[in-house]
Amino acid sequence: MKCDYCEKKATVFLTQLTDGQMKKVCLCEGCAEERGVTDPTGFSLADMLMGDFQKSAGDSAPTSATPKKESFSSSPRVCSECGFSIEDFQKVRRFGCANCYKTFAAELTPLLRGMHKGFTHVGKVPEGLMESHVRRQRMEELNLKLEGAIASESYEEAAKLRDELKKLEEMEVGK
Amino acid sequence: MMRFSTLMKHPANWMVGKQEEQGAVITSRIRFARNLRGYPFPGWAKKSERAKTMEILRPAVEGLAPMKGAFSRELGELSSVEKQVLVERHLISREHAARTDGSGAVIERRQSFSIMLNEEDHLRMQSIRPGLKLTEAYEALNKLDSELEEKLEYAFDPQLGYLTTCPTNLGTGLRASAMLHLPALVLSDQIGQVLQAVNKIGLAVRGLYGEGTESLGNLYQISNQSTLGESEVEIISRLERVISQVATHEQNAREKLMEDDPEMVADKIGRAYGVLRHAYLIDSKEALNHLSLLRLGGDLEFFPKDTVHLCDVLLMDIQQAHLQLHAGVKLSPEHRDSIRAEIVRSRLQSLESPDKLPDKKSKKPRPNEGEPKKDHE
Repeated sequence: MKCDYCEKKATVFLTQLTDGQMKKVCLCEGCAEERGVTDPTGFSLADMLMGDFQKSAGDSAPTSATPKKESFSSSPRVCSECGFSIEDFQKVRRFGCANCYKTFAAELTPLLRGMHKGFTHVGKVPEGLMESHVRRQRMEELNLKLEGAIASESYEEAAKLRDELKKLEEMEVGK
Repeated sequence: MMRFSTLMKHPANWMVGKQEEQGAVITSRIRFARNLRGYPFPGWAKKSERAKTMEILRPAVEGLAPMKGAFSRELGELSSVEKQVLVERHLISREHAARTDGSGAVIERRQSFSIMLNEEDHLRMQSIRPGLKLTEAYEALNKLDSELEEKLEYAFDPQLGYLTTCPTNLGTGLRASAMLHLPALVLSDQIGQVLQAVNKIGLAVRGLYGEGTESLGNLYQISNQSTLGESEVEIISRLERVISQVATHEQNAREKLMEDDPEMVADKIGRAYGVLRHAYLIDSKEALNHLSLLRLGGDLEFFPKDTVHLCDVLLMDIQQAHLQLHAGVKLSPEHRDSIRAEIVRSRLQSLESPDKLPDKKSKKPRPNEGEPKKDHE
């Protein structure tokens, strides 16, 4: 196989899968080195290389190969704890700190839809947080039941549920 | 302090571990992503903040019981070849190898556990086991994680679970994966179909080396993608089910090949043996593909059973950085091919030729006898 850039024999093969799209680059030793592919500290990923290659080869890539960017709300907001902005997120698809998840909650939710099986964590919970986690789950459950009880006008049931909720809320605050 | 050469001298546990059932599944891997509460994620942190998290993380990780006498380094202390060797051994990620000070790696003596510090997340910990042992690997890592949890305060949200730098890891922060060797599915042209089916149910498949379905060495990795909305146990048991189905497909394909065309199989394995035993120049592509067939030969009893392990170790040792480390100098591609061939020849020196077969093998009964035979197109 020949190098994508020159006529020499390719010895370096780079493949990247992005959103189900496969990109391939074949390079000879010289071209690979020149582009920092063999140097582990410069592992700049196929993406950059692909852009480079497509330009040099005059190849028009199908537009579907580049992942579409979701359009977020235009208000430029910034995480109060780390200074990360939604524009930063659009660039790197990663957040700056744990608090970013609160700051950008509205932008996050639609993103999760295609990404995961659900929206709510159901796995392991750190030891110390277990109690309050269980409590919050119970409270959610009670709230649902309460709504149902009110809708069906079973007020005695509703009163009982409200009492239990109140107790849990106090524990949550007093924690 | 454990030296790099000492770490390399010990074969990884998963390479020498006795597997009850050899075959398609080479290793099982579990990875957790965790972050400290109150500190920016590594990629966004300032240098001083990264140094601070290292100060917190490193002693906590080194103090774990299984990490006693572990190999522990800040990445700036390692040469680029050393880092690349760790990548080839699957002990650190390629991205991590590009980092220097402010990031670290702590690797258990037998390489069953490795923990990356300040990778994409503050903590990336993994455990590797030979064969299809995802549950076992998970339980071991979970224990380690719980021990760490007593010393560190993790970033956690009741709704979103463990908070990770990339939202694709939210929730459990769990990536479970297995490395599979699927030569018979490739030889019988079924690989595309099988991989597509796996992909369709939301699991990720990729060739370990090389390109797409034409993966070099017929090595594939299957892993979960979703990490939120399912528990660890659910994710792992689903994955384990799918992987064991793929392994069964591979097994059936092997039996069918041996029944339909034992001569073709024997020819391929024999040729691979011939080339590996006698080549003086071999590039990594050719070596991987022939080693794959040799490994298949081990599974099909053309060779003694331990040939399979021999191949697994060789798959590591013939890679670029491993060769470089072995030679101690920077190698040109031609020189690499020569050293690679030399290593392969010497390791296979005592492996006897698979001459006696294949007629003994063709009599082996197939389990699904009644199935209609598919004609070759």
